[in-house]
Amino acid sequence: MKQATAKVTGEICRKFGNDRTRMMDIVLEVQARFGCVSPDAMEEIARALGTHRVEVESVVTFYAFLSVKPQGRVVIRLCSDIVDWMKGYEEVAVAMAKELGVTMGETTADGAITLTRTPCIGMSDQAPAALIDDVVVTHLTPDRARQLVRDLRRHLDPHQLVTMVGDGNNAHPLVRSMVRNNIRHRGAVLFADFVPGSGLRRALELGPEGVIREMKESRLRGRGGAGFPAGMKWEMARNAPGERRYILCNADEGEPGTFKDRVLLTERTDLLLEGMAIAGYAAGNATGIIYLRGEYRYLLPFLTNAIEQRRERGLLGRNLLGRKDFNFDVRIQLGAGAYICGEETALISSCEGLRGDPRNRPPFPPQHGYLGCPTIVNNVETFCCASRILVEGAPWFAAMGSSRTTGTKVLSISGDCRKPGVYEVPFGITARELIEMAEADNAGSMLIGGPCRRMIGPERFEGRICYDDLATGGAIMIFNRARNKLEIAEHYLDFFIEESCGHCTPCRVGLILLKKAVHKVVAGAGEPSDLAGMRDLSNFIIRTSRCGLGQAAPNPVLGALENFGDLYSGLVTERKPGLLPEFDLSKAVVDAELRAGRQSKYV
Amino acid sequence: MSSKARIATVSLAGCFGCHMSILDIDQRILQLADLVEFDRSPINDYKDFQGRCAVGIVEGGCCNEENVHVLERFRRQCDVLVSLGDCAINGGIPAMRNNIPLRECLEDAYLKSPGVYNPAGTVPNDPELPLLLNRLYPCHEVVRIDHFIPGCPPPADAIWDALVGLLTGKPVAPVYNRLKYD
Repeated sequence: MKQATAKVTGEICRKFGNDRTRMMDIVLEVQARFGCVSPDAMEEIARALGTHRVEVESVVTFYAFLSVKPQGRVVIRLCSDIVDWMKGYEEVAVAMAKELGVTMGETTADGAITLTRTPCIGMSDQAPAALIDDVVVTHLTPDRARQLVRDLRRHLDPHQLVTMVGDGNNAHPLVRSMVRNNIRHRGAVLFADFVPGSGLRRALELGPEGVIREMKESRLRGRGGAGFPAGMKWEMARNAPGERRYILCNADEGEPGTFKDRVLLTERTDLLLEGMAIAGYAAGNATGIIYLRGEYRYLLPFLTNAIEQRRERGLLGRNLLGRKDFNFDVRIQLGAGAYICGEETALISSCEGLRGDPRNRPPFPPQHGYLGCPTIVNNVETFCCASRILVEGAPWFAAMGSSRTTGTKVLSISGDCRKPGVYEVPFGITARELIEMAEADNAGSMLIGGPCRRMIGPERFEGRICYDDLATGGAIMIFNRARNKLEIAEHYLDFFIEESCGHCTPCRVGLILLKKAVHKVVAGAGEPSDLAGMRDLSNFIIRTSRCGLGQAAPNPVLGALENFGDLYSGLVTERKPGLLPEFDLSKAVVDAELRAGRQSKYV
Repeated sequence: MSSKARIATVSLAGCFGCHMSILDIDQRILQLADLVEFDRSPINDYKDFQGRCAVGIVEGGCCNEENVHVLERFRRQCDVLVSLGDCAINGGIPAMRNNIPLRECLEDAYLKSPGVYNPAGTVPNDPELPLLLNRLYPCHEVVRIDHFIPGCPPPADAIWDALVGLLTGKPVAPVYNRLKYD
């Protein structure tokens, strides 16, 4: 057994050239082959790659989809995001657990099926959803969940569970998924017609500097959320010293409530790959990597095929469009379930086969990124926009949107609305207009930009979607008036605690302290000074955390304090000086009372 | 009662090291005597409060029921309560038992440890002995604490500055080398 593991593991390492930087691919394949990356396998990988076992272990234990202990032959990952809760997660989870005879996190006695839960898998518009290995199942009900489990027990083949396929390329033989696109509104940029090669052809006419000029004139800002001007980023990478450059596409759409990149990857693959090639041309002597989140693995064969087809048509690979010395190729790097890898420096770490730890900035990736080379990291949508900008010209693009945020934005709308799905709208649209488009009759609050931003109430619904007002990477979650906003805040605080990489103390420890404080208040044990304390602690975490995760993690709580402050202040009361309500002397002495056989005289 | 501000101090589950550090303010104790009147404190050996106090200084955390009772009394009697030193703030040495069940702690201490001579095989249980808590609690987990002075023990200068600041209402700027322990 041990030898067999070593042999197969060794073969997998060889397949990736015993390359230390391809660790992610290696451990993912070992995991797929054995249902875990056992200590023996780690030993073998370390030997083959010429590194230390602890290096391998640090990777395996970092990512949610990798495990040291064996998991079931099939793993069910039930999505437990807040929208899934709203749509019946709890009933589905109970039904599944009961049918399997296990509790959440356990494997059936026969070792066949593991049931666990996972944060947002990018299916909020068709929640509750689950990943069964890499097969997505959507719109779950307790009855459907029970049926799925029964079927799965029979054949243990998740692919057989797909009896009806979704629209568009979801029905493509290489995808065959029940996922639906739910494209509700097509705008002029991303969902307009596009002839593959047209953007690249224009780029070659303009020359690299011309492309960068065009990008700057379009005033395209990164669509991932931070909104850094794309043209400036490309120029920095082009001007940075170094032989090789890298174009990284961030398809690690992990922000809860975001799923628009999933639809772009499915339906606008050419637009994306062309945008990356254009960036590669502008940067010069570059190679592309798409970092695809593990949750979207079901798209991997389809995307690989799309890359292959473009190679055949001379749009990827060597001598693109017949231009000598213009080589640009793309590989796909699969992630393994880590929210933090959506942060660009963590994404780079992960691509290099390391834990998804963020890095200190500066140096910024355009100067010192993947393997130390100048690197452009852009979101899927940003590259898609670039292709269209090249075809239609910067003035066309800059004329759309609001004055300081040009173009359109693809939004993922979910929650309490009748029409959840993907909307391409011009920047500058108001939150209220979105509520109307999505037919949310009773909207009481919204999370614009997902839990890393602060929740807003009706008094902010006239605000505009743009980087200067309501900034978003694409997530729009709508909650009706009956939803418990404090519960939502706590849910997302838990999410950030779980996803913190643990590197820096303010985030790792501070968030736990914040959770304790929130608990105390919600339990009715708080005083007004606790609310001030929560605010102080939140600001402290934001100020002292190293990366965007820690800097955003207190936002669910701060948002609730800021915009729904009376909800918290209604729970706290000024108390007479004395013991804290959370301290219970009778419980604290119970062991000693039993031991001594006498009662405390102070209780 | 004089018009001077009243101060109370106590050592709960501490080693009196913090109180030694209070005494380390040396001749400034004369200045302090001009500023304040000591109420309940090991310094004058008053066993209970004589009146309401402006400042209460607490050394050590709570390891038994009596500590809790005393701390609660301090909270009720003092306008401002200060956790002095690492045991009050973090639990310190007494908190080392926090991951061990109480029964095991007692059995190890009184019955099983090498060198223990205890032919009766009993754990002390005089009614006068306060019952131990299931674990050591830092003071701020038992009552609200207004200020924290870290250190093991906190340097006399830090205590002096904090006291003067509290009594004169002036903010105290933390001094780097008094908060740096390596």
